Amino acid sequence: MPGANGNASNGTQVTFLEAIKQAMFEEMERDPAVVLIGEDVGVYGGAFKTSEGLLRRFGWERVIDTPISESAIIGAACGMSYCGLRPICEMQFIDFIVCAFNQITNFVAKGHYLWNAPAPIVVRGPSGGGVHGGPFHSANPEMYFVHTPGLKVIYPSTPYDAKGLLKAAVRDNNPVLFFEHKFLYRRIKGEVPAGDYTVPIGKAVVRRGGKHLTIISYAAMMHTSLEAAEALAREGIEAEVIDLRTLLPLDEETILNSVKKTNKCLVVHEDTRTGGIAGEIAAILFEKAFDDLDGPLMRVTSLDTPVPYAPTLEEYFLPNARKIFSAAKELARY
Amino acid sequence: MKKELTRQQYLDLYYYMRLNRGVEDMMVKLFRQNKIVGGLYSSLGQEAISVGTAYALEKKDWLAPMIRNIGALLVKGVRPRDVFMQHMAKYDSPTKGKDGTSHFGDLDNLHIVSPISMLGDLIPVMTGVAMAGRYLGQKIVAMTWIGDGGSSTGVFHEGLNFAAVQKAPFVLILENNLWAYSTPVRKQVPLENLADRAKAYGIDSYIVDGNDVVAVYSTAKEAVERARMGEGPILIEAKSFRRMGHAQHDPAEYVPKEMRAYWQARDPITLYEKFLSSEKLLDAKSKKEIEEEINTLLAKEREFAENSPLPPAELAETGVYCTGDDCHKIRVKWERPIEEVTPPRSSVEAVWTVPGFGSGQGSGGANAPIHFGDTQPAGTKRAEAGKHTAKVAAKVAPKKTVKAASASSSRKAGR
Repeated sequence: MPGANGNASNGTQVTFLEAIKQAMFEEMERDPAVVLIGEDVGVYGGAFKTSEGLLRRFGWERVIDTPISESAIIGAACGMSYCGLRPICEMQFIDFIVCAFNQITNFVAKGHYLWNAPAPIVVRGPSGGGVHGGPFHSANPEMYFVHTPGLKVIYPSTPYDAKGLLKAAVRDNNPVLFFEHKFLYRRIKGEVPAGDYTVPIGKAVVRRGGKHLTIISYAAMMHTSLEAAEALAREGIEAEVIDLRTLLPLDEETILNSVKKTNKCLVVHEDTRTGGIAGEIAAILFEKAFDDLDGPLMRVTSLDTPVPYAPTLEEYFLPNARKIFSAAKELARY
Repeated sequence: MKKELTRQQYLDLYYYMRLNRGVEDMMVKLFRQNKIVGGLYSSLGQEAISVGTAYALEKKDWLAPMIRNIGALLVKGVRPRDVFMQHMAKYDSPTKGKDGTSHFGDLDNLHIVSPISMLGDLIPVMTGVAMAGRYLGQKIVAMTWIGDGGSSTGVFHEGLNFAAVQKAPFVLILENNLWAYSTPVRKQVPLENLADRAKAYGIDSYIVDGNDVVAVYSTAKEAVERARMGEGPILIEAKSFRRMGHAQHDPAEYVPKEMRAYWQARDPITLYEKFLSSEKLLDAKSKKEIEEEINTLLAKEREFAENSPLPPAELAETGVYCTGDDCHKIRVKWERPIEEVTPPRSSVEAVWTVPGFGSGQGSGGANAPIHFGDTQPAGTKRAEAGKHTAKVAAKVAPKKTVKAASASSSRKAGR
């Protein structure tokens, strides 16, 4: 936890949320061009307290509380970035990012292609379900933006990656959307090294080695997939588990290397089924690894419905380790 | 029109209005020769707004044009060839053929932000530019334009409200040309004066005759300097008329004939020529010289544009992402000590203060909340603003404003 003296990381176990806070703290410390802009990010420290302490250290000019105006947040950040600043925009819940859809997809994303104007902004916020937030506080809207050339889309699963990728996002010259799965905020802890480091954008990582099939996932479902992989191992099925970390640009190489070895692929995402990243991965495998496939590409996803509120409904809606286990068993039979 | 500017300033305004019209006349010819790839939007009759407002900016200031602000671009230093090539989708155009019309910008030198077709989006973007300029100590002003139709968008509200809350050095020109495509302003906004929208944001506004270039310039100049001094954003409604259709394809038969005739008789360039000659600032000889200068320039610029090739097809696949420092070295121009915004000097006590709390009239001076209609500090401010803007009205009100009376009353109610 960043102390008043600004010593942020000390190489200990931190929560996912703490890692994000450290990344912002250290980047603002490193570069006065970095500012934070969003709703209730200042005095209150953010709805999830991810920016707690930042106002106290960096002041009103760099930690900017805004009206409830997502388009104004993104628009103003874009304008700031044209003057060389590197704003971090917080969406109080990532669900509200769609209120700024036009600013992001038409203004920010197209500027470099059309008129050579880089917009180094980061848009970050809490996403995902499993915490009974209901239909408007649980969304996984990443694929709206994966379909938008000009953006980068990051969705990490560990504190180490969250910190390193957020720092990389702040330093990137392109607009980067950074999804923080709120289920992980306080439930996941991990090692974060002392000192500055970044994690490269656009690189997936193999979380668990295996030879019988490949499970591709990201964010909270990464942990669920690992849980399923443990259960599969007890039945003699060794699943290789890949954490995408970045959805745009997608790391095709890591995906292809694994599937060419295991010859079977299961994609797990918490996003709804139709138009999820699984469809894109299927297309890549058909184009580039068709002869290597010994079974159909399978997917375990949320249902094609809004995220329901009641625990019984939401649990039915979401993927879980049991669903992944069953699908993987079926795939392994090919 | 009153004589307050230097001779050179008067002639500059004339030159740029003529250049604006000359560039657009030339593009109509190119359009008829099928040399313009997409649509062509005209600012015929509105040149005084683009030119007069942009002329109020300094070189370091930023602007973002809308579709009918070619004149503002020319004033800011864009070459006519760039405007031609944008419309002709040429490889040498600022966007290399990737976009057309006024959709281009220049971050490094001219400080121009490119618009997109979705109206209103520039308002928060230019608010951000203004905030960044203030943060970096650059003392800049950011300016953009919006139409009567564009003022109906949600992002107009979000942007102007945020600018007002931030007291950003931002000037918004609300170009009321009475028509949004085929829809008359009455069906866009249920207000006589669109400047009244400013009241909702607690910011000052002006109303100006958009066909009187001196009035437009004087008003914009005052607004720009007030914004630069930290008075917050200012809205200027410039009343005018869209003489052509929405674009070249649109004959605008929905516009009543008498309305068109009224405004045709109030052509901003003709009006200004009369003023200049009555003030002995322009005679037939110097007018001819200016015309010849512009004609020669535009012939040369057109030739350059026509000779530029279309972009190579493979260009379509390039440039989606900035690849890093080799592509763009993003620099920050600090014009204040960085120490002011870095710890320890940046550190503050993270608490809200509520100025005036407990000092409302109903409190009897004791600790009591401020009630509605009982906010003394704001009341004081209102009186001051009224005084100030009344003076403004006397100074910049043109002789023949469309609504001179409501203009001054609007200013009084500006806060």
